[in-house]
Amino acid sequence: MRLLYFAWVKEKTGVAAEDVTLPESVATVAELIAWLKTRGPEFANAFDQAEVIRTAIDQAHVHQDAKIGEAREIAFFPPVTGG
Amino acid sequence: MIRVQQENFDIGAEIAALTDGRTDIGAIVSFTGTVRDQHGAVTEMTLEHYPGMTEAELQRIEAQANSRWPLQASLIVHRTGALKPGDNIVLVLTASEHREAAFDAAQFFMDYLKTSAPFWKRETGPDGSKWVEAKAGDETAAGRWSTGKNAAE
Repeated sequence: MRLLYFAWVKEKTGVAAEDVTLPESVATVAELIAWLKTRGPEFANAFDQAEVIRTAIDQAHVHQDAKIGEAREIAFFPPVTGG
Repeated sequence: MIRVQQENFDIGAEIAALTDGRTDIGAIVSFTGTVRDQHGAVTEMTLEHYPGMTEAELQRIEAQANSRWPLQASLIVHRTGALKPGDNIVLVLTASEHREAAFDAAQFFMDYLKTSAPFWKRETGPDGSKWVEAKAGDETAAGRWSTGKNAAE
């Protein structure tokens, strides 16, 4: 599965994009975030205030209780500020 | 139509292209968002986005607007990359037979764009560089369209 990070989430993790194999126990976005936080201090810091972070599955906004299912691409980013 | 680009846009040329050869349009509304220097606090603005999702999200917004208002044509152009104070950021054009639909749809486009299109602004000034924080007021502005009532009704 491909994971993408944008704006300050990318800066804090130090990663723009990566391919990962998720543990079978990870079924929802919230569980994915909890797992990411165990991957080192950069990830723990980036997802420290997880409730602030927005998530998209296959390029559509989702809530953190969303099931990951057959997702190909999951992105994490701050609240958007365009326009 | 939607476009995401680094280059500047020419508002007059975009309106001319949108209405070229058409005699059925009665109202055209344009909104342009530009970079503010905030009294010297901002010397540069960089816009990051999520290629692929940005286009998908803008198309979803345009489709929603078309299902709510009788639009004859519409355009969203959003720039990315490094911009300076005074530069254009975003252009929204809406065209309809009567003004209400064009005005309302243009507001809707901007309200939704600001809360759902994956763009992030980073401002640089004399004191350094920081990510712009989302405003609660933008969520409130977008929320007014979810009551099922259009502003003009």
